[in-house]
Amino acid sequence: MSVIIFAESSEGKFKKAVYEAVGYGKKLASQMGAQAIAVCASDVLPDEAELASLGQYGADKVVSVKLDAPRPAAMGDALAQVATAENAQVVIISNNYTGKSVSPVVAVKLKASVASGVVSMADTSNGFRVRKSVFSGKAFADVDMTSAVKVLAITPNSFSIEAGGSAAAVSSFAYAAGGNAYKVERVAIDQVKGKIPLTEAELVVSGGRGMKGPENWGMIEELAGLLGAATACSKPVSDMDWRPHEEHVGQTGITIKPNLYIAVGISGAIQHLAGVSSSKVIVAINKDPEAPFFKVADYGIVGDAFEVLPKLIEAAKSLKAAQ
Amino acid sequence: MSVVPDTTTKVTFTDNNTKFNQSGVQYIINPYDELSLTRALEITEAQGGSVTAIHVGLADSEASIRKALAIGAQEAVRINAEPKDAYFVAEQIAAYAQGQGFDLILTGRESIDYNGGLVGGILAEMLGIPYINVVTKIDVNNGVVEAIRDIDGGRETVKAALPCAASAQKDLTEPRIPNMRGIMAARTKPLQVVEPSANNAGSTYAQYELPPAKGAVKLIDPNNAGELMSILHNEAKVI
Repeated sequence: MSVIIFAESSEGKFKKAVYEAVGYGKKLASQMGAQAIAVCASDVLPDEAELASLGQYGADKVVSVKLDAPRPAAMGDALAQVATAENAQVVIISNNYTGKSVSPVVAVKLKASVASGVVSMADTSNGFRVRKSVFSGKAFADVDMTSAVKVLAITPNSFSIEAGGSAAAVSSFAYAAGGNAYKVERVAIDQVKGKIPLTEAELVVSGGRGMKGPENWGMIEELAGLLGAATACSKPVSDMDWRPHEEHVGQTGITIKPNLYIAVGISGAIQHLAGVSSSKVIVAINKDPEAPFFKVADYGIVGDAFEVLPKLIEAAKSLKAAQ
Repeated sequence: MSVVPDTTTKVTFTDNNTKFNQSGVQYIINPYDELSLTRALEITEAQGGSVTAIHVGLADSEASIRKALAIGAQEAVRINAEPKDAYFVAEQIAAYAQGQGFDLILTGRESIDYNGGLVGGILAEMLGIPYINVVTKIDVNNGVVEAIRDIDGGRETVKAALPCAASAQKDLTEPRIPNMRGIMAARTKPLQVVEPSANNAGSTYAQYELPPAKGAVKLIDPNNAGELMSILHNEAKVI
């Protein structure tokens, strides 16, 4: 009996979301009396020490699978093969873009149901129940999963990282690629350098129409840079092409759950709030005291963005200097 | 395509929080599915072929299916079943598609109600065809699909041979608004109702909950806005 955790590696390293998933998997495995097995399936495998280090975050053992190319279909197929070999009951996958392509493959291979956007530890006291966000963050649903194998795609930044264990044993798995594994071929890749991807960000500074035009985003970027935050925007801003679509948060953009969300010049339409309301701390800056954002914000500043932002930038600089 | 509550919907629940409250809710075609429909029309207009809109749901979604026909789909199919979960929906569509033959399947990257983001991937895997998730650009030339897709922290250009499936992300195209001629034509276009095949749903939605209400906002004097940073550092401890 085991719980399998997908340990996605990027250029031979693991990201924070993997440690969250391993911690989640370990906790669930202990609850079920099972083993937590982290599986790294990649074309560029991390070195032995990096693989073994997953033990410190809760993995009882680590299985590495060498792939021919970085395709999610192959990752899912490999994960399913290891899951079958290890008699897995649950497969844990981080619900980032890679995970969203991997989960469906695992589901079909193992005839498993999938809960995506999971925000709670599974309740295994009577059946198998998890909580996931629905309506793009406007509500939560408790889902009862009845298939023999379950796939949980967990929301990044929702679970704590448990460090402190010891290195785990690493073994490799000989993967026989299924027919669908490598049918999609990479032609080119364009990784944004020197910027924190919004989906992985713990801190986010976001701008709306109140910023008046793309030429004013320098202030948003400067504040974000000082805080080590990612930048985001509202739907109108992305629709007007002031900012790229991948920065659009809200019901028809992406849903995020950072520790801090600072909204500048965003009124707080219901669709936008849906995408950010799970943020741990929300700051609204708007010159309209009636802006709906103030109803969901923890902290608010009623004022003109063009007067407030320079003050925040100065304060962030002094805070940084003092640290 | 999915039919979902309009984005302005204030979500509430009934029956002791076990059912979504449909009263007063306007339903629309899931926005990402509308993009995939439009892109499918653009591709077939340039290359030939026809577009079939497929929906798994009950008769009350027929107004939205007619809208898909008004936008330009040549025909529509409704698989007459309550969409239980992503696996169930994908299995219905896969079964239908397998029987009919197809070159390209486009879905939305997720529905904006249950946010599964799974149907396209599951049905592609069931059909044994390549799947390209979250595409912002897709073209078909000589039986080869070339697409640009969002990945974590960037984008990737990929190609695959037909038959193929892909899911639409924002920016794929601009949705089309049906014109009067389209609306008239939609009335007589075929809308086939098919009974569901397998029933392999492995999950059920037991109950719902709204997020906890937030406490009152703590206002900071705009003249002393810099204070926010020390509050975030010392009190909220997030920076």
